[in-house]
Amino acid sequence: MGAAMNPGAMSFDTILVANRGEIACRVIRTARAMGLRTVAVHSEADRGAPHVLMADDAAEIGPAPVSDSYLRGDRIIAAALEAGAGAIHPGYGFLSENAAFAEAVSAAGLVFIGPPASAIRAMGDKAASKRLMRAAGVPLVPGYDGEDQSDARLLAEAEAIGFPLMAKASAGGGGRGMRLVERAEDLGDALARARDEATRAFGDGRLLLERAITGARHVEIQVFADDHGACLHLGERDCSVQRRHQKVLEEAPSPAVSPALRAAMGEAAVAAARAVDYRGAGTVEFLLDAAGGFYFLEMNTRLQVEHPVTEMVTGLDLVELQIRVARGEALPLRQEHVRLEGAAIEARLYAEDPGAGFLPSTGPIRLWRPASGPGVRIDAGIVEGGEVSPFYDPMLAKVIAYGPTREEARRRLIRALEETALAGPETNAAFLIDALSHPVFAAGAATTGFIGEAWPEGVPAEALAAETWALAAALALNAAKEATLAEAGFVAADQIGWRSDAPSEARIELECRGEARAMRAVAVPGGWRVGDGDGEIEVLIEGPGRARVRGRGRAFAARLGADGALALVSGRERGVFHPVAPGGGAAAAEGGLVRAPMPGLLIEMRAEAGREVAAGEPLAVIEAMKMQHRILAPVAGRVSAVHAEAGAQVASGAPLFEVEAGG
Amino acid sequence: MTFRSMAAPGSPAFAANEAAMAASVARLRALESRAEQESEASRPRMEARGQITPRERLARLLDPGMPFLRLHSLAGYMVDTDREEKSVPGSSLIVGIGFVSGARCMIWVDDSGIKAGAMGAMSGPVALSIQRIAMRQKLPLVHLVESAGANLMRYEVQHWAEGGRIFANLARLSAAGIPTVAVLHGASTAGGAYMIGLSDYVIGVKKRGMAALAGAALVQAATGEAAEERALGGAEMHAEVSGLVEYLAEDDAHGVALARGAVARIGWNRRLERRDVKAFAPPLYNPDELSGIVPADPKEPYDAREIVVRIVDGSDFTDFKPDFGRSTLCLQAAINGIPVGILANNGPIDPAGANKAGQFIQLMDQAETPLIFLHNTTGYFVGTEYERAGMIKHGSKMIQAVANARTPKIALHVGASYGAGNYGMAGHGFDPDFLFAWPNALTGVMGGAQAAGAMEAVAREGAKRKGAPLDEAALAAQSAAIRAVFDRQTDAFYTSGRCLDHGVIDPRDTRRVLGFCLETVMEAKARRLQPNAFGVARL
Repeated sequence: MGAAMNPGAMSFDTILVANRGEIACRVIRTARAMGLRTVAVHSEADRGAPHVLMADDAAEIGPAPVSDSYLRGDRIIAAALEAGAGAIHPGYGFLSENAAFAEAVSAAGLVFIGPPASAIRAMGDKAASKRLMRAAGVPLVPGYDGEDQSDARLLAEAEAIGFPLMAKASAGGGGRGMRLVERAEDLGDALARARDEATRAFGDGRLLLERAITGARHVEIQVFADDHGACLHLGERDCSVQRRHQKVLEEAPSPAVSPALRAAMGEAAVAAARAVDYRGAGTVEFLLDAAGGFYFLEMNTRLQVEHPVTEMVTGLDLVELQIRVARGEALPLRQEHVRLEGAAIEARLYAEDPGAGFLPSTGPIRLWRPASGPGVRIDAGIVEGGEVSPFYDPMLAKVIAYGPTREEARRRLIRALEETALAGPETNAAFLIDALSHPVFAAGAATTGFIGEAWPEGVPAEALAAETWALAAALALNAAKEATLAEAGFVAADQIGWRSDAPSEARIELECRGEARAMRAVAVPGGWRVGDGDGEIEVLIEGPGRARVRGRGRAFAARLGADGALALVSGRERGVFHPVAPGGGAAAAEGGLVRAPMPGLLIEMRAEAGREVAAGEPLAVIEAMKMQHRILAPVAGRVSAVHAEAGAQVASGAPLFEVEAGG
Repeated sequence: MTFRSMAAPGSPAFAANEAAMAASVARLRALESRAEQESEASRPRMEARGQITPRERLARLLDPGMPFLRLHSLAGYMVDTDREEKSVPGSSLIVGIGFVSGARCMIWVDDSGIKAGAMGAMSGPVALSIQRIAMRQKLPLVHLVESAGANLMRYEVQHWAEGGRIFANLARLSAAGIPTVAVLHGASTAGGAYMIGLSDYVIGVKKRGMAALAGAALVQAATGEAAEERALGGAEMHAEVSGLVEYLAEDDAHGVALARGAVARIGWNRRLERRDVKAFAPPLYNPDELSGIVPADPKEPYDAREIVVRIVDGSDFTDFKPDFGRSTLCLQAAINGIPVGILANNGPIDPAGANKAGQFIQLMDQAETPLIFLHNTTGYFVGTEYERAGMIKHGSKMIQAVANARTPKIALHVGASYGAGNYGMAGHGFDPDFLFAWPNALTGVMGGAQAAGAMEAVAREGAKRKGAPLDEAALAAQSAAIRAVFDRQTDAFYTSGRCLDHGVIDPRDTRRVLGFCLETVMEAKARRLQPNAFGVARL
C-alpha cells in the first residue's frame, strides 16, 4: 500500500510543531538535524519562549488558555499554510490524539506526523478499543465497557468484576476522570465525580469499569509501523512509579521483564497496532501483574513523554523515525535489528510542591542550570527568567540518565537531579531524588503502589537545613558586598571583611517559603560565620558554585534576581530567599481569611456571607492542573465576607472568603 | 630596590618581640571591649524598649564585608578618671570611616548604652576631630543619635563654648556640599536638638525618637508647663507637625535602613572620578611579621625598612639619597597601587637628614604624591657639632616643608616620637590628614629620664654655683616625680585618650590602615562637590 502512494506528495522541507515546552524543543532539534526548517506556534503567554526562539519561524495563535491557542487546530493549520510548512508534528497532549485535527491537517494538503485518523479514533474510544483488542487476541483486564451507562448497570457489573476496581472515562487518558474504588458503598460518589471530570475534560461522560490489579506494574511497549507493511516494537518502558496516575519515573528496560516476556508483550503490542492499521510511533500500555500476566490498558497514538528512555537504550531517534515514516519512507530496521543495551531512567521535573500535597506552583524561573555529563540527557523547554504560568502543564523538564547497568543509570540520575538547578517555582526535585534513592525502587521492585506505600502519609513538607540558610545568607551578603564594590571607589582585597577595632559584623534577614530568619554574620577570610541564635556555621565561598559549609565541601548554583531575591540550589536543598526589609513586620493578622492555595478556576463557591459553617466544611472548589481542589472552612463559625465568585480565574494567594470563628 | 629583611621569624628574639607587641594589642582590645561590655549591660533595658544596641545599629548601617576604620576608640581614656582600671575609653561614642550604600562616610554612633549616651570628657574633641576629617576628606556624615546630652554633673563652661563648633561645622559641611544624615533613635534635647535640626536628612524613630530644646523636666522648671514628652518632641510630631523629621521609621533597624536609603539616593559616587587601578602585588614579606620586627625595648634600634617592606606593594621601594643623612629615610613606593613618599627614622635626625627630608617633601608635593611618616626618632641631633652644622636651620626647613606641603599626609607613630622631631615628622600639631599610633609608641617633648636628668643637672649646677649643699634625697624624689609625670604621658594609650592621634592600631593592620587612608584622601582629591552659600535649610 505504501508503494502505491506518491512519495512526491509527502515530501516536505518545513515542519510546523503544534506544541510548546520541552516536546516542541525536542521535535525541533531533530528536525533541524535532518536539515528541515521548523515553524513554532505559540500563545500570547509564550512569546519569546524557548521553543519559539529555537524554531526558524513562529506564529502566534491566540491568548494564553489552551482552548484559545494550542487546541485551536484551525489557527494552527492556517499558520502552517501561511509559513509554508508541509507537515505538522503534534508532539504529545493538545491535538496529538485528535482524529478530527489529523483529518483537517490532511484535508489542508499537509502531512500529519502521526498515525492515520482512523487509528486515533479507534484507540481514542477506550471501550471500543477494548472490544477491538479482544477480537485481536490482546489480553484485557476483566471489566465492563458497555454502552449501558446507568448507575444500576454499572453497579451490577462492578459487583461481577469485584473490588477494588477502577472507574475511568471512556474518552479519557492522562489520569483525568479516573477513580479507584475500594468498596461498593463508595461507587456511587466515585461514578458521579468521575463522570463530572470526564465531561469537563473530554465533553464525554461515559465511563468504563475495570478490575484494579493490585501490585501491578505499568509496562508499555513502544511500537513503530510504516506504510510499507512493517510494524515492530522497540521494547518496553516501565512506568510503574506514578502518583495519581501521573507518571513520575520511567525506565527502559523494565526490571521485571525477561526476554521471553518482552517478546510476548511485544507481539501483543504489534498485534494491537496492526488491528488499527497503525502508522508511526505508538505505545501500547499494559498492566503487568506479579505472576507475569499482562493486560492491555490502552494505546497512546502519539509520541510519549517518556520516549527518551527508549531512545537511549536502542540508540534510535524516534522523532526522526516519525518524520521518515511520515515522508513515506520505510523503517530503516527490522525487528531482529532492535537491540536494547544498558538502562535508562527518566524523571519528570514538575513545578509542584510535594510537601503541600503536590500543589502546582507557578512564577518566574529564577535559576535554571541543567546538569550535564556522560549519559545525562535533559529535555527542557524552559529558560532562566521565563515564567511558569498556570495555563500549561507543570512539567518543566525531563532529566534522563543512561548507564551500562540500571544501578549506574539510577545513580547518575540522582546526581543529575542534584546538579540540575531549578529554582523559582517549587519543584519535585527532592521528591524525585528520594524516590530514586528508595530501597524498593533501587531494587527494581516498584509497582504502581510504590509511592502510596513508601509515603503512606503523603510527602512531608521539608524544612531547609540550617546549613542552607547559612549558605544563602553568605551568598546574599557576598552579593551585597559585590554590589557595594561596584558602587564604591576602589577597595583593596586585604580590606574586605576587615574592621580595625573588632570583627566585621553584618545582619541579614531572609524569608523562604514563609519562614523568616534573622541572622548575624561575621566576616572571616573567604566567607562568613553565620549565626541565627542556634550556634554558628562557617561558610567559605571557594569559587563559583563551590562552598565549604561547616568544613564540608558543597556544590551549589545561585542567582540573584533584580528584586534582590536569591535563588539557591544545593543538592536536594533549594529555595528562593527574599531579603526582609526592616520596618515591614507589622502585617495585620488575617484571622479567618482564606486565600487561594494555587492559581486556578474557581468552579464552585458555597460560602455566603452570614452562613454558619463547620470547621473543615468544603466551601469552594478550585480547578487547577486537571485537579479539583476543595477549599475548606478553617474554623467553625460564620462566613463574614466572600471575595470571589464561581467562574472566576483566581491567582495564588487571592482572598476567597473569611470565616469568623464562633458558634 | 631589593631589600633583604634581616628579621628572623621564629627566632627567640622575634618571638619575644611578638609577645611584647601581642600584650600591647591585647591591652588595646581589652580597653575597647571594656566600653563594649559597659554598653552591652544596657542591652536588656534597650531591648525591652524595642530598641537595638548602638553596636548593632552600626552593624546594620555599614555595608556588609566593607572595611571600617574605627577612630578615637580610646578617647577619654584616663581623662574621665585617673584610675586606670576604672576608665572607660570611647567617650560614649563609636566613630569611624565606613561604607554606607557604597559611599565612604564618616560615621558617628552615640553609644547610648553608656550613661544614656551622655557626652563624656572627650566627646567634644572627638566630634570636632571627625567633623574636621569629614570636611577635609569630603565624607558624608551619618549620625545615629541617642544622647542624654551634656553631663550636667561634670559641667565645664569651656565645653559649652567649644561645643558650639560642632553645630557650626554641621552648617559648614552642608554648605560645602557634604550631606549630613541623622537618625533620631532616642532623646536629643537642648544642644542635641540642633544636631538634628542642622542635619540635611533626618529620620525619626517612632515611639523613641525625641528632639526638644528642653525636655519635659526643664520645661516644667522654666515655664511651669506640664509637657508630655511625645507631644513635646516625639518623632511622630516632628514628622507631622513641625516638619523637622523627613522620614519616620517603625523601629531602630528601620531607621538605619532609611538612613542607608537616604545615602543611596544621594548618589554620592556620581561625583567621584574613578581611579585607574593598576595591578599591584602584595608585600613579599608577611605584614603580620610587623609584630615581631619591633624590639620590645624601645631603646634598641632597628631598620625602618623592615617595616616598609611589610607594608608597600611588592616590598619594592626606591631609597632616595640613601647615603646622605643615612638615619633619615626618604623612600618612594606604592600602597595598593597609589604612589607614596615615605619618611622614616633610623635614629635622630641630623642636618643632612633634615636637609634631605625637606627636599623630599617638596618633591612629593610637586608631584602631588601623598606622604607617609613613620615616626621613630628621639628628635633632632643636639650638641655643638650639630648646632655649628646648622641643625636649627635645616630642622626648620624640614618643619616648614611639612607644615606647608599641600599633598596628603599620613603619620604613624611606630616607636618613639620626641621633641621637635615629632613636628618635623608631621605630628599632631601639624594636622596630618590621618595620625595613628602603634600601641608601643612613645611621644612627648622628651623621655622621662631625659627630663629628670636635665632638671637634676640644672639643680646640681645651681647648687655648685651657690656653693650650697645638695639635698640628694630631695633631688632623687624630684627626679622620680618628673620621670613619673613624663612617662605616664608618653604612653600611646594616654595620648590617644586625649585625642592627640586618631587612634591606636594593631601593627599587623598597618598596610590596611594606610591603604584605607590613602584611598580616602585620593577619593577626596578626585571628588567634585556642589557647594552652596548657607547650607541646605529646612525652610
